[in-house]
Amino acid sequence: MASSFSRILSSKRNVGILSLVGAGSLTVGLLLNREQHVSAGAPVRRVYPASAEYPDLRKHNNCMASHLTPAVYAKLCDKATPNGYTLDQAIQTGVDNPGHPFIKTVGMVAGDEESYEVFADIFDPVIVERHNGYDPRTMKHPTDLDASKIRSGQFDEKYVLSSRVRTGRSIRGLSLPPACTRAERREVERVVVNALGGLQGDLSGKYYSLTDMSEKDQQQLIDDHFLFDKPVSPLLTCAGMARDWPDARGIWHNNEKTFLVWINEEDHTRVISMEKGGNMKRVFERFCRGLQEVERLIQEKGWEFMWNENLGYILTCPSNLGTGLRAGVHINLPRLSKDARFAKILDNLRLQKRGTGGVDTAAVGSTFDISNLDRLGQSEVHLVQTLIDGVNFLIECEKRLEKGQDIKIPAPISMRFVCCVF
Amino acid sequence: MPFGNTHNNFKLNFKVEEEYPDLTKHNNHMAKVLTKEMYAKLRDKQTPTGFTVDDVIQTGVDNPGHPFIMTVGCVAGDEESYEVFKDLFDPIISDRHGGYKPTDKHKTDLNFENLKGGDDLDPNYVLSSRVRTGRSIKGYALPPHNSRGERRAVEKLSVEALNSLDGEFKGKYYPLKAMTDAEQEQLIADHFLFDKPVSPLLLAAGMARDWPDARGIWHNENKTFLVWVNEEDHLRVISMQKGGNMKEVFKRFCVGLNKIEEVFKKHNHGFMWNEHLGYVLTCPSNLGTGLRGGVHVKLPKLSTHAKFEEILTRLRLQKRGTGGVDTASVGGVFDISNADRIGSSEVDQVQCVVDGVKLMVEMEKKLEKGEAIDSMIPAQK
Repeated sequence: MASSFSRILSSKRNVGILSLVGAGSLTVGLLLNREQHVSAGAPVRRVYPASAEYPDLRKHNNCMASHLTPAVYAKLCDKATPNGYTLDQAIQTGVDNPGHPFIKTVGMVAGDEESYEVFADIFDPVIVERHNGYDPRTMKHPTDLDASKIRSGQFDEKYVLSSRVRTGRSIRGLSLPPACTRAERREVERVVVNALGGLQGDLSGKYYSLTDMSEKDQQQLIDDHFLFDKPVSPLLTCAGMARDWPDARGIWHNNEKTFLVWINEEDHTRVISMEKGGNMKRVFERFCRGLQEVERLIQEKGWEFMWNENLGYILTCPSNLGTGLRAGVHINLPRLSKDARFAKILDNLRLQKRGTGGVDTAAVGSTFDISNLDRLGQSEVHLVQTLIDGVNFLIECEKRLEKGQDIKIPAPISMRFVCCVF
Repeated sequence: MPFGNTHNNFKLNFKVEEEYPDLTKHNNHMAKVLTKEMYAKLRDKQTPTGFTVDDVIQTGVDNPGHPFIMTVGCVAGDEESYEVFKDLFDPIISDRHGGYKPTDKHKTDLNFENLKGGDDLDPNYVLSSRVRTGRSIKGYALPPHNSRGERRAVEKLSVEALNSLDGEFKGKYYPLKAMTDAEQEQLIADHFLFDKPVSPLLLAAGMARDWPDARGIWHNENKTFLVWVNEEDHLRVISMQKGGNMKEVFKRFCVGLNKIEEVFKKHNHGFMWNEHLGYVLTCPSNLGTGLRGGVHVKLPKLSTHAKFEEILTRLRLQKRGTGGVDTASVGGVFDISNADRIGSSEVDQVQCVVDGVKLMVEMEKKLEKGEAIDSMIPAQK
C-alpha cells in the first residue's frame, strides 16, 4: 500500500551524500522527493514590523532570552524552514516560560532538522552557552558507540541500586514533536515500531500503543515505572509537544524489561537501557547494541537518524544535542550527601544530582540519581566512562567517610572539544 | 499563531487518512460534526490571516471531553473563520444554540429602556447582579491566532477608547505586566483580577501565548464597570453591583458599551458583528449577544426541589456555582443566568433573567412558608 512516505531508495542514498556537503543541500535533497506544495522558506505572514513583534524578555532568565536581541529577531523573524516552521514558534516556549532565577532553561526548541540551520543565528549562541563553550560553527562532535572500550563498569551494589542509560533519536525527513503533523507523527510510529519488531534474542519485545492500551497493560507499565503520561510541564506544552495526545504515542520494551523505547513523547524516540544493580558496562553494551540494531533496521527501509558532524544527533531540545545521552545510577550516599563538599565534588567530576523521580524532583532519603552533566562535544563512550569513574570516586568517598577518614575534592575534569577548520 | 498553520501547505503532501484526527473517544461538538469528508474538503483552505481547519479544531482534538459536559471543541482565529469554515461551524452553532440555522438572523438590542422592571429584585435573596459580554475589534486576529504586535495594537486601541470615558465611566487601566503588588492585591480583593488561563481548553487553543504581554484590566472609579483586555476575547465587558437592581446594571452596561463602540468606530476599527452571527467572538458558544446576565441568589429550598432543573430549563436559565462556570454552589447561593446567546437580543435575554429570578424568589418564599409551588411552575418559554 503506497503511502505518501514510500521513499524512492535512490534518493535516500543521495541524502547520505548530500549530508557531507552541508545542511543546506540536505534541504534540497529532501525537497527532490516531495511534491512542490510549498517552496523552501515560504514567507511568514507579517502585519507589523519586527520591532512591534519583538517579545518582552526583560523579566526572563533563559538561554533564548539572553541571546535573542532585537537585531537577531529582526533578521530571522521573516524566515521559515522548508516545512514552514518559524522563529516565533521556536521561541514560544521561552517567551511563555520566563524561567527561574536559579535554574536557567534553554527557552527554545527545533521544529525540524533545518531549524538549527535556518535559525543558526540564535541557536548557535544558545548552544555555546548551554554546552559550555562548544561552538557548532567551528567544532566537531565525536560519536562513539563502541561499548567494548568501557573500563571498570561494575559498581559496588552496596551503594548502587540501579543503572540506566538513555538517549534520543530523530528520524530524518520527519518534523520534530513541536511541529510534526499527525501524519508525520504516525509515520514516526510506523517506522520505529516496524524496526523494533525486527529485534531478536534478548532484545525482542512488544509495542504498547497509548491509544489502545488495555487497563491490565497500563497497570503493568505503571508498576514497572515504564509508562509516560501526557506532558504537564509548561516548558513542553507551550512548545506544542502534547498536541493530539495520545495519537501515535506508545511504549516498546523487550521481554526482559531492560531495553525500552518511548515513541513520540518529547522526541521521536527516547531509548533507554536499564537494570537493577551496578553493571553499567552491561547496560551500556546493550544500549549500543540495541541502538545500532535499530539503526540498521530503519536503514533497510531507506530511513536514517538525524545526525551531522557538528551537532551530533539532532533532537528537539538544544540541551540534548550531541549524544543526547544521560547515563546515571540510583545510588545511596548517606554520609557523602550530607557533606558540605558534595556539590563541589559533583561539579568537578562533571556530574549532576537529581531526585529519584528524575529531573526537578527531590531525593528520597539519601538515594540520589547521579548522571553525566555533558551532552555535546564528548562521545558516548567518553561520557559513560566519565560517569563510571565519577561514581566510583563517590563510592570511595562514602567508604572513607564510613571509616572516619577524610575525603578530598578532586581536581576539575578538563574538557576539550575537537576543533575543525573549514 | 498556534502550531498548525504556518506549514499547512506542507501538510497537503500527506493524504487525508494520514492527517485526519482520531476522534473515536471524543465527546464534543466538533468531534460530532467533523467527518473525514468534511476534513478533506476544508484542509486546503485558510483565512486571509492564515488560520486553518487544524488550528480551528486543535483544542477539540486535544480535549476529548466529558461524557456529561459537551464542550464546543473549536475556536475562531479571526472574523473570516466563521465564513471560510462554514461547513464545520454552521452545524456546531446549530447544535450548541438550539437549532439556529445558517439562514437565521440575529437581533441586537442594546436599548436599556426596552427592559421591563428589573429594579425590584428582593435584595434579601438577590445578593448581586452582573451582566457581561465580549467584543472583538474588527481588523485584528483573535486570541488563538494573533501575534504579539496585533495583541499590543488591540490593547493600545482599547486603552485609548476606555480612557476617553468620563462621568460614572471614568476609570483606569492596569496592565498585567506592570502591576504593583498593592494594585494586584486590591484587584484580587475586588474579585476583578483575572489570571493566566489554566483550562486546557484555552491553553490548547493557544490563548495564553506570550502571557502577560498586552493583557490588562480596566475599571471605573466606582468599580461597577470593568473591562478585561486580551483574555479569552479581545474585550470582556462587565457591569456589576451588589443587590438586585439589574435594571441599573443593564443600563450602565448598554451605555458603556455604546460609548466605547463610538471610539473604536472613529478609528475605523468597530466591533466584529454581522446580522447572522451577531457579535463575533472566539468561541462559538458566545456568538450572538455573547451576553451572560445573572445574579447571585439565595435559593436553599428551591434548589433542592425535585423540579428545580425543570423550572430553570423552562425559564431559559442556567445555574452555576458562585465561583462561575464549573464550580459548585456554596450555602444555597447560586449564580443564575440566561442560557441563550444567539437568536434573541440582549434585552430579551436579560428580561428572561429578571422575570425568571423574580418568579424563583417568590417560589422560595412560598417554600419557606411550607406551601406548594406546583401552580407556579411556568410553561416552556
